[in-house]
Amino acid sequence: VTLRSPLGRVLGLGAAGHGVHDWWRQRVTSIALVPLGVWLLIALSSLSSFDRATVVAWIGSGWTPVLLAIFLIVAAQHSQLGLRVIIEDYVHHPALKTAMLLFVNFTHVLFAAAGLFAVLKLAVGAPP
Amino acid sequence: MRERPLSPHLSIYRFRYSLTSSIANRFTGGVASVAFVAFALWLAAAAGNASAFERLHATFSHAGGRVVLALVIVAFIYHTLAGIRHLIWDTGRALERAQSQSSAWLLFAATVMVSAVVLYAVFFRAAGAS
Repeated sequence: VTLRSPLGRVLGLGAAGHGVHDWWRQRVTSIALVPLGVWLLIALSSLSSFDRATVVAWIGSGWTPVLLAIFLIVAAQHSQLGLRVIIEDYVHHPALKTAMLLFVNFTHVLFAAAGLFAVLKLAVGAPP
Repeated sequence: MRERPLSPHLSIYRFRYSLTSSIANRFTGGVASVAFVAFALWLAAAAGNASAFERLHATFSHAGGRVVLALVIVAFIYHTLAGIRHLIWDTGRALERAQSQSSAWLLFAATVMVSAVVLYAVFFRAAGAS
């Protein structure tokens, strides 16, 4: 006795282990965010002040833009995956759930891109 | 269609303080997501026009803004430490009830200690001077 559908047997694809893809991605991003988060907290708390000139100089200096870019990309993925699980757990109305998932996805792309663009601008351009 | 019966839900569980550590991880993750947006806006303002940055700077220099910023920092620290605890669990270690309860206490204590150090550095050394 098999529980596989005739179509499933014809296609012969199986699950191929894709079911855990997002679970795994959440772990990989969280491992990366431990050192990145520690670095960010130390870097921000050792700034002499938070006025614009200091912040702009910090963003453009040394390895800061590289690490900031990595942080933005990894944090956006981690945040999107996390919010998705929360929405999937608590929002049961199908249309609303889809709308919220799309909104969360698009918002993360938007703000990650905005942050990346700002970092690149300050890293390669002349300071304003 | 008639409402289908549901299996027993959250309400059947006795409250344990280790439950708090779990729901707090979710909540602080949500806070960190909002903070991520604010952080990106802060970077964009630093690279963009000066008045937007000044407005953000003024907001977070205010007493209310400082309290919000402090809470966000504590949430970020908690979520990071709780995440490390989850990564240890993912290797199959420290899952016993007694272990998870003592690691919950360790998590709360570590959050208080790390937060104290970081909040001191941010508010009484760096921003306090500006």
